[in-house]
Amino acid sequence: MLHTVNKSPHDSSSLRTCLSLAKQGSDLLLIEDGVYGALSGSIHSDTIAEALNNVTIYALGPDLKARGISEDRLISGIKVTGYDGFVELATVNDKVQSWL
Amino acid sequence: MKFSVMVNEGPYTHQAADTAYHFIDAALKAGHEVFRVFFYHDGVNNGTRMTTPPQDDRNIVNRWSALAAEHDLDLVLCVAAAQRRGILDADEAKRNGKDADNIAPGFRISGLGQLIEAGIQSDRVLVFGD
Repeated sequence: MLHTVNKSPHDSSSLRTCLSLAKQGSDLLLIEDGVYGALSGSIHSDTIAEALNNVTIYALGPDLKARGISEDRLISGIKVTGYDGFVELATVNDKVQSWL
Repeated sequence: MKFSVMVNEGPYTHQAADTAYHFIDAALKAGHEVFRVFFYHDGVNNGTRMTTPPQDDRNIVNRWSALAAEHDLDLVLCVAAAQRRGILDADEAKRNGKDADNIAPGFRISGLGQLIEAGIQSDRVLVFGD
């Protein structure tokens, strides 16, 4: 399953809830303000880094760029993708769960 | 693959209308089919042709209309959500005794059954909102 999270972990518990329920092998795509969850050095970074053992985490490149977040500031192991990659993730996963 | 998309947030609010548009655009460019885009809650505000953003800003409504014209997209506004927010086509305006309609080209007004059908007919349904 593909999970999408569009809220910053500083604003909303949706990223933590998603990570607590996502099954092993799921994909998670951080979009919109959700990309703040990809930042290293924040109060949430350790939780998210640990989740990388269970799920593959992506961040949407255009949303990172719109917020001035360069890729070298991301938690190691988080992948960056574009809208074409978003479509591909929605295709290879059998379901898409939007955490709004 | 056949996608349908649900948009629950109005334009110029946060980012859902933009993300939905860019996702659909990318899906079409990749050769996928978009069966339907269903606008619910404040998402129906994506479908008023009275929108007049500053000239140097993106026109979210016109962008939907243009994409619909190019790809024959089915853009559906939920009727109950649209009536609450003053989004009307000619038939709804007449039925409700209003003096004008404001639906944008490429959009149509229908009911929640269209969302259910989209879920049945499509391989994937993605939800964008706030």
